[in-house]
Amino acid sequence: MIESHLPALIALTFVLFAILIPAFGLWKPSTSQPLAVVGSGIASVLSLYGFLSYLQTGSIRYFFGGWEPPVGIEFVYDGLSGFFILVINTVAFFVLIHSRHVARTEYPGKEMPYFALAMLALLGFNGMILTGDLFNLYVFLEISSLASYGLIAIGSRPAPFAAFRYLIIGTAGGTLYLLGVGFLYTVTGTLNIIDMAAMLPSFATDTSVVAALVFMVVGIGVKAALFPLHGWLPDSYTFASSSSTALIAPIGTKVAAYILFRIVFYLFGVELTDAVAPITTVIGVLAAIGILYGSIMAIAQTEMKRMLAYSSVSQIGYIIMGLSLANPLGFAGALLHVLNHAVMKACLFLVAGNLRMKEGHSDISKFDDSYRKKYPWTMASFSVAAISMVGLPPLAGFFSKWYLALGTIDNENWLFLTVILVSSLLNAVYFFRILEKVYMMNPKKDQKEATDAKKDEVSASMLIPTSVLAIALFVIGFANAAIVAVLFDIFPM
Amino acid sequence: MLDFFLGHYAYWFVVILMCVGLYGILFKKNLVKKTIGLAIFQVSVVLYFVSIASKWDATVPVRDSNIPVEQVANYLNPLPHTLMLTAIVVGVATLGVAFTLLMAIYNRYGTLDEQELLEEIQ
Repeated sequence: MIESHLPALIALTFVLFAILIPAFGLWKPSTSQPLAVVGSGIASVLSLYGFLSYLQTGSIRYFFGGWEPPVGIEFVYDGLSGFFILVINTVAFFVLIHSRHVARTEYPGKEMPYFALAMLALLGFNGMILTGDLFNLYVFLEISSLASYGLIAIGSRPAPFAAFRYLIIGTAGGTLYLLGVGFLYTVTGTLNIIDMAAMLPSFATDTSVVAALVFMVVGIGVKAALFPLHGWLPDSYTFASSSSTALIAPIGTKVAAYILFRIVFYLFGVELTDAVAPITTVIGVLAAIGILYGSIMAIAQTEMKRMLAYSSVSQIGYIIMGLSLANPLGFAGALLHVLNHAVMKACLFLVAGNLRMKEGHSDISKFDDSYRKKYPWTMASFSVAAISMVGLPPLAGFFSKWYLALGTIDNENWLFLTVILVSSLLNAVYFFRILEKVYMMNPKKDQKEATDAKKDEVSASMLIPTSVLAIALFVIGFANAAIVAVLFDIFPM
Repeated sequence: MLDFFLGHYAYWFVVILMCVGLYGILFKKNLVKKTIGLAIFQVSVVLYFVSIASKWDATVPVRDSNIPVEQVANYLNPLPHTLMLTAIVVGVATLGVAFTLLMAIYNRYGTLDEQELLEEIQ
């Protein structure tokens, strides 16, 4: 009974809590954070239940008001959307638990608007993933974007300016996407993705279809921070408050990557995309450049959050590269990397939040041996996530890179294989220098201070989410065969 | 050739408007002017949708007893207009957020010039 209504229920959970939080928050602001945790917790349980029932019964199409497409609008819960929903809601659940203390110190008195905005952002992300209608996708895109601008503007002094630049670039991208939708609508006369996918092959040579594809990929590429369009990302992630970054960084770009998957694999189909315009080649090359550029820029940073932001540019490149390979191995590798990167990046940004909470900064040049003694569990979580990011087995990060590498070999694309290998070495450079500072190097002048350092770990509500995400990396690593078997089933060809 | 230009005059208007908007976004240094450029850019897409739905000699999409329902060419397509209502609301909301951010920036830095702001942040 509940299965057939799941797609709408997940989105409705966030609508309900976006209303409940201001209602209760006016009465007692301290209820906001627990309510947000409960909301995302319910959504995570529903998504897990939905994904398990998808594995047994197959995809669900939910028609709103009983009107069937193309007249009505629908939510589609298939393998791809189910997988993404599960990943983002679970990660958001842990980040929201963590934000309790961050909220008290970084933006006191603004808890109620903050968590209401967080719920709206999650509503937008979930809606973008679930909807089966291109115009609704635009609306949900703007809901999530507007909420993200607000979330990013809460933070250090330059945060509003970073948020404003993101707003200008993001809205221009969203508008380009809308223009692409308009072109497709004039050609096919429908907005439903499944309906349009059936009609598009007969219009493949139409110039407006080519233009539509290019506009949509560029517009969504802005949101995904695909290489030349990533300009908004480093400042936004650096200046926003720790909990906003930890919420948006693992989720926002993933959702945009999901839309690219949806457009390339489901709406146009790989053969048609390549027949229309060499989009997969172009985004593959851009992703490859982005992987190297992001890694090199990350090495040059001395601020941990900024370093992680550039690392995100690089990691989103892996996902897009897996998409551009357009074979089952690349597809599974990219989806596994979506899961891995969401968990790894959330864990790393939570560690940055923990350090900011205790030290007041996350400047890598000030890291030293005393951190190991002061924050044993935080630094242990950081090490696990960093090693996973570099890609050493048995941690999760190794396996997604492994499948991506197999995918490039399958396509005989030796250039991309080299990029994956080289960037893993670059990742090692910028993560191991932190590990070296914390675990190996013992600067003489701080010798006394380092030995005197007392254990000063963050509170349990921050430590537990960080550690759970780190442990999850081991679990995903060991369970990778089972996960990949499911991902191969999702591949649409 | 002339027919090509005159026959698509609505689209040319949209393209020119879009270029004006993009120019504002890319080259204006004042953040308020950038926001105005963004608004023009959004409106150009709204006008594109409105122009594709317009027809000569067609009536409003309400059933008229004189025109059989089968003669779809005599009725306007209401869908693009309805979609644009939503898009306009989205645009208004975006502008609202943009102006709120501008107020926060001005309160913190006392300027809205992009160059000065960038220097201040460095």
